[in-house]
Amino acid sequence: MRSLPTPPVSRRAFLGATAALGLGGFANPAAAAELKKSQKRVLVIFLSGGVSQLETWDPKPNTDTGGPFKAIPTSVAGTHISELLPHTAKQAHRLAIVRGLNSGSDDHGIGQKIMLTGRKMEPGIDYPHIGAVAAKLLASDQSALPGHIQILPKGGSGFTGGDATFLGPRFASVSLGDGKPPADILRPTGLPADADAAREAFRQKLNARFAKSRKSAATEAYSESYTQAERVVRQAAVFDVSKEDPRVAERYGRHDFGRHLLLARRLLEAGVTYVKVSHSNYDTHHENFDFHIEQLGEFDRPFAALLDDLSDRGMLDSTLVVVMSEMGRTPRINDRYGRDHWSKAWSVCLAGAGIKGGVVVGKTNATGTAVTDGQVSSGHLFHTYLRAVGLDSTKNFYPDARPVPVADPKAAAIPEVLA
Amino acid sequence: MPPFNPTAARVERELKHGKPLVGCRFDPSGRFLFASAQDDTVQRFDLVTGAKTAFVGHRCWARGLAFVAPKPAHAAKAVPPKPVGEPFAAVGLGGFVEPAKIEPFTLITADYHGNLTWWPGGAATPKPTRTVAAHDGWARAVAVSPDGLTVASCGNDHTVKLWKAADGSAIRTLEGHESHVYNVAFHPAGGRLVSCDLKGVVKDWDWKTGKCERDIDAKVLAKYDTGFMADIGGARGMAFQSDGSAVAVCGITNVTNAFAGVGNPVVVVIDWKDGKGKVLKPKAAFQGTAWGVAFHPSGAVIAAGGGSGGRVWFWNPDDPASTHTITVPTHCRDFALSPTGDRFAVAGANGTAYVYDFTGTGATAPPPPKK
Repeated sequence: MRSLPTPPVSRRAFLGATAALGLGGFANPAAAAELKKSQKRVLVIFLSGGVSQLETWDPKPNTDTGGPFKAIPTSVAGTHISELLPHTAKQAHRLAIVRGLNSGSDDHGIGQKIMLTGRKMEPGIDYPHIGAVAAKLLASDQSALPGHIQILPKGGSGFTGGDATFLGPRFASVSLGDGKPPADILRPTGLPADADAAREAFRQKLNARFAKSRKSAATEAYSESYTQAERVVRQAAVFDVSKEDPRVAERYGRHDFGRHLLLARRLLEAGVTYVKVSHSNYDTHHENFDFHIEQLGEFDRPFAALLDDLSDRGMLDSTLVVVMSEMGRTPRINDRYGRDHWSKAWSVCLAGAGIKGGVVVGKTNATGTAVTDGQVSSGHLFHTYLRAVGLDSTKNFYPDARPVPVADPKAAAIPEVLA
Repeated sequence: MPPFNPTAARVERELKHGKPLVGCRFDPSGRFLFASAQDDTVQRFDLVTGAKTAFVGHRCWARGLAFVAPKPAHAAKAVPPKPVGEPFAAVGLGGFVEPAKIEPFTLITADYHGNLTWWPGGAATPKPTRTVAAHDGWARAVAVSPDGLTVASCGNDHTVKLWKAADGSAIRTLEGHESHVYNVAFHPAGGRLVSCDLKGVVKDWDWKTGKCERDIDAKVLAKYDTGFMADIGGARGMAFQSDGSAVAVCGITNVTNAFAGVGNPVVVVIDWKDGKGKVLKPKAAFQGTAWGVAFHPSGAVIAAGGGSGGRVWFWNPDDPASTHTITVPTHCRDFALSPTGDRFAVAGANGTAYVYDFTGTGATAPPPPKK
């Protein structure tokens, strides 16, 4: 549903951000054109709540912290992951597992921000999420679809994402609750197309006249929401997963997460630069093991199907896939068979564009309570995402005409995971 | 029989292991308490000698514990164990009669790698005698038929399976549950078996034919948490009344936050004849899960659980609100009643099994055996 967004950025910042970097965010138009030829995309699968690294990427069976699950071999000799990911285990040759992540916050909200911006919280500045950065730097100006879409497990849909911060509302996320576009976005059946077009032209005329004297960040954002909505309407078929080949759809499974992941593939294939799919929930303070059986049981097969599907379509080399959470979970098992919040030593998984498959980077100790080798932060990961899709992560944005590094200058890409 | 007085329950002994416990059961003689732990072991505590013996061989947690005793009547004649050092009979100067000889029995464990393992229950150095790959995923519970000939197991593959106790060979698979099967128990008369799954569906099987005779509703135990988008439920404990007139299942209900365990412990006593369930709840507010339940010979229902601390609750069968509550210094993750009903035990998350008796004397734990 079209609604008035709440922009977090000034008009000057919005215009400044687009002016300084030029086409696609690069000072060099030739580089931008080259990148456009091999259009890169990013897919983030966000396991909301804090997935347990011990029940996924870094199992510690038969230890005090390991819990009851086995570690199983994968398609990479010597690499084991949790038994709860049997299908994913067969994809290990495509994955880079980063086991040495120390992200610095055990809070859901702060942790999510840290992981999606690659930055610790700082006073006075709000950094854009990776989705907005990807949409800004990778999307074509003429893209038929919004460049930054997030598919939520439930809830409403809308164009009110504030996650682009100083990059401007054009790169903010469009939310699809349960994978559905906002209600009432399609033209009512009783309204002929030519009448709708005329109505839209009139609206734009009124907007333009209003903007001559009273243009502001708020009105820009409001206008942008209409533009985004129009893009969605024109490509409505892309959002309809029932149009997918049933044999392909079957591989993703019939539950919500499978359907959302399939939608993500359709959107990426149609040219959306960045899609984030959230899977809920992993915040297992109570009965961690039972709930990870259930939740990972929903994740495992569709994730493996997605990798195969991207590969079959020739998209895997141009699509960066990241599986992350806002934090991990405590190695210590509490009295209620739960694991609590834990950011000191946990894991993420990467695949696709620019990523070296079959590698494991970073180590934790025998019980998973500390990183012993290859410790990285969300900043290192952010650099890695950008480098993987061919971007120079040492560049700057220029909101309010002041340089703001695209990625945390105290970090750098993780070379071992880059192809 | 003297009136049952739950307020007389006192800690008789604390059996320390040091690693969090996940299950506990008395053997049919009542001499031993077996407790399974998060270190993948099962520990046997000899209540007569004080000895502690480790059963090592699992590669994961084993919550399911059941026994095959060659002389089922032996359990009915069990002599309550005496602490070490207390003479069974004076013999000569400073001598004591040796503790009663251990009749051979078999322990069968069910573990979270889906295996059933047979052990010589009374052996000095126990080693597995047989392992059967029973279930795909967790084997959550195991039970032995009253005649000791048949073993039933259940697990995350949605099945109940039957095995010959003598050799572990498969008899049949009972299919019909549509979610993880949490618990299983034989009717005391022998011909029927009940199982309960994550969604609170209790199935009553004629296990000899494999036919499900009826479904019984215990869905008060189950909830789909729409906030966290996951199911919580299942019978964490299950027990028949000795005359078979009722079966009790227990777990968590009124869940408002499954991932924080915000809910209340509950016992459902199902009348065997009409299949109707009566809900029993703690009288005082308590947030958590009931993890084990039993019928006392007096007819009282006893359950234990944990959440915001550890508790043991007692109910008169006609009163839905508990009549007595014991606070236990740890989350209780299982409950076991001795064969004669004279004592009970809880498996503590703090690594200690607490054995209570009803003497009201609060006897202290015996000293460890002298080597």
